[in-house]
Amino acid sequence: MFYAAAGAILAALVLALARAIKGPSVFDRVLAGNSVGVLAILLLATVGFLTGRPDFLDIGLTYGLLNLIGTLAVLKFFRHGDLAYDVDEGEGP
Amino acid sequence: MSLVVEIASWISILLGSAFTLVGALGLVRMPDIFTRMHAASVTDTAGAGLLILGMILQAGFSLTALKLVILLALFVFTGPVVTHALAQTCLHEKIQPLLARERRGE
Repeated sequence: MFYAAAGAILAALVLALARAIKGPSVFDRVLAGNSVGVLAILLLATVGFLTGRPDFLDIGLTYGLLNLIGTLAVLKFFRHGDLAYDVDEGEGP
Repeated sequence: MSLVVEIASWISILLGSAFTLVGALGLVRMPDIFTRMHAASVTDTAGAGLLILGMILQAGFSLTALKLVILLALFVFTGPVVTHALAQTCLHEKIQPLLARERRGE
């Protein structure tokens, strides 16, 4: 039954990739990239259960933290044009 | 493992797979960035939550289950943060939601 879950997650990954390639604005691509990250974590956990090696969950946890930081960094760059932008010193949000 | 837990775990995993597929389908089919965010949040909450719940039932009372709980907490906390930041940036870039554009008769 984990094969069904893995197949569904792979199909969802293909759809999210289609949105990332097609997406009209850059924010569609950011959203699709975040979805790809979440689906990759779920696929890691599923494959870990399929092969009987639950150690993959540690990689999934690390990838989840990296996914959050990466998405927020891309959003900050596209909003302020600078990763080192300080909201308190600037003219405000 | 008792049969009841096994059946509950499979039902949960299958439902989670279905919600994941529905969310990804909405990500492709929806007309607007804000509605796409709505669809993607289905994958983040219902899909991931039910899949991880099923895996917790499979893992039993072990370290693996604890890691899965931490992973679920990560999803619960980071999903809204990313969605809020994305919506705020979209509004800052003057991207209007679909409904507001229609209401003004454009």
